Amino acid sequence: MTHSEIDAQAGPVQVRGTVLTVRRVDAYYAMTLVAPAIAARFKPGQFVTLAVGGPDTSMLLSRAFSIHDVRPDHGGTVEFVFASRGRGTRWLAERRARDVLDVTGPLGKAFPLPRDPVNCLLIGGGYGSAPLFSLAGKLKERRCEVDFLLGAGSGDRVFGALTARRVGRTAMITTEDGSLGSRGLVTDLLDQAIHDGRTDVIYACGPMPMLRQITVLARRYDIPVQAAVEEAMACGIGVCMTCVLPVIGSDGITRMSRACVDGPVFRGESVRWDDVGTIPFDAFGAPGWEPRSRRAAELRNGHGRPGDSPAGSAGHAGSSGGAVSGGGPIGGGSGLGAGGRGGRGGRASGGTAGGGSAGGGSAGGAAGRGGNGR
Amino acid sequence: MAVDLRTKLGTVELPNPIMTASGCAGAGRELAQFIDVSKLGAIVTKSVMLTPRSGRPTPRMAETPSGMLNSIGLQGPGIDAFLRRDLPWLLSRGARAVVSIAGGTVAEYADLAGRLSDAAGVTAIEVNISCPNVEHRGQVFACNPDSSAAVIEAVRGRTRYDIPVFAKLSPDVTDIVSIAKACVSAGADGLSMINTLLGMVIDTETMRPHLAGLTGGLSGPAIRPIAVRCIWQVREALPGVPIIGMGGVRTGQDALELILAGASMVSVGTTIFHDPSGCARILRELEEELTDRGVERLADVVGLAHQPHAATGRTLSPAARVGPNSRVRRS
Repeated sequence: MTHSEIDAQAGPVQVRGTVLTVRRVDAYYAMTLVAPAIAARFKPGQFVTLAVGGPDTSMLLSRAFSIHDVRPDHGGTVEFVFASRGRGTRWLAERRARDVLDVTGPLGKAFPLPRDPVNCLLIGGGYGSAPLFSLAGKLKERRCEVDFLLGAGSGDRVFGALTARRVGRTAMITTEDGSLGSRGLVTDLLDQAIHDGRTDVIYACGPMPMLRQITVLARRYDIPVQAAVEEAMACGIGVCMTCVLPVIGSDGITRMSRACVDGPVFRGESVRWDDVGTIPFDAFGAPGWEPRSRRAAELRNGHGRPGDSPAGSAGHAGSSGGAVSGGGPIGGGSGLGAGGRGGRGGRASGGTAGGGSAGGGSAGGAAGRGGNGR
Repeated sequence: MAVDLRTKLGTVELPNPIMTASGCAGAGRELAQFIDVSKLGAIVTKSVMLTPRSGRPTPRMAETPSGMLNSIGLQGPGIDAFLRRDLPWLLSRGARAVVSIAGGTVAEYADLAGRLSDAAGVTAIEVNISCPNVEHRGQVFACNPDSSAAVIEAVRGRTRYDIPVFAKLSPDVTDIVSIAKACVSAGADGLSMINTLLGMVIDTETMRPHLAGLTGGLSGPAIRPIAVRCIWQVREALPGVPIIGMGGVRTGQDALELILAGASMVSVGTTIFHDPSGCARILRELEEELTDRGVERLADVVGLAHQPHAATGRTLSPAARVGPNSRVRRS
């Protein structure tokens, strides 16, 4: 933990990380890599990306995983948790000690920490709880009280239940099948958790429908939510533009923000959860969106007239491929669990928010952002 | 011996041929965390449009065998923000900026070219007339020689004389040579190829198209043979026209393949997504590949695969790859 103080402002690095261990943890795998430069820069909430499959692989996209913890042994190690679901994660699960992986991190914005000692409720769906334990450590250093609320489809998919009980002042566990803790969704217990713990701040990490529901409930109590989102990513460093979601900026304008560099941690109320998977009509640069600059006025007065494009299909200059229509909110819970596949279509709609594990333990959590299922 | 990697981007000389591919490196800022952007031949920016653009809904990406589909839809902040923020940053880092532009109409392309010509420091303009992620196939200018020529002529007309204009072509056409010729006749100083191919993935779980935009552009090593073929055909027809080659380049050897087909510059795209420092690695590997073959100057091997066997045999036969004491090595 003290490691993270060093060089905290430095950006990410791309290094060769040596596998120290790969072990089964219930339904998941935990991999520990020796990567001192990443460990030294880590702050809770950040993630790493890994190239998978070796140099001649047919798998081109990096896989992103929340950092579970860093430790000072071997100069600095980084641990992350994943589910072996797609070809990429199966390959990762087959790595052995001393294998060398191409790893980049730490990436993304970390959880902001409160200045004062306050009561914090840490909520995790599935192995979305992975980054919450290093966060808990940081919060406790600041003399904050930490309560846990963890949920998943079944007991073996609740990541870190024991640790939560050890580290937290309280730890509530909930599973959809009732095999661990109480039966139901984390959102079923949220009111009680907030009352019992006199919660001042919520930190949440898990499937999108869960984060949405938490944000809605927390607003009733006027409690701020820091939510780490999951979105399918290709690069994790901000260049590919695949992991965008509609986020309202401090200027009140909604932008299609990149989960990898503008997030993964967002203020819950800044994310337009119901519009995830779409381009809201009033988003910056959406079709019909009106720029306010002088240049735009010029445009309207002269250029951009239809008829000078091929096939006479000029239409609206800003048109962007059927943007507004889009699908409904993506079912984040199942979506990224399956590597982005099955994300749309609402398999894991609001109703399954809690564990987010509809469709078979797909409570991906930000841990696997875009990578876990591949 | 250091290989002379200098190459010509039209009238402009670059220190080496390795660049980023448009849309795969933003405006260079993110990559600068991992590599020195001034060490690359150039940074080719993500396509800039006149106004801000939100792009397409998510999911925008699907991994495919040795490739990926993207359906970004040209999300970007527009030319004003680019000129205010991104271009000055690139110049401050000593990077050469090849600015990719995209528009919905000929007039938009021309306006963008004018804006970039008024700004100082643009090394070249790459005209993206081939983005497949637009609403109508009719908007892909590069599918038609006349509409390609109209855009290039307008851009060339508004671009300062000393800024080369490259037309980026689509492989999704019946005859890429006719498009290439139309662009060159219209004033293009060079050609970039290839853009992505239009593809589609259907999710067998949901039984629906995987991408929210339904179709997406296919990139990655899966399309490299198509890039080699396109570069070869155009080089054969227009031997004097400089080509920026791109399409599935993952190693220095891949870059060399495109160079042998006729590319004087090589852009690296999808590889960056799993290897943020990939461009620097590929540049290093390319130099090694050339050294191994006893090549002193990059310019000597551009389009070399077009030479009859007798001319290439001495320098490129396997026998020549014997290391530092090879008989073909001249220094």
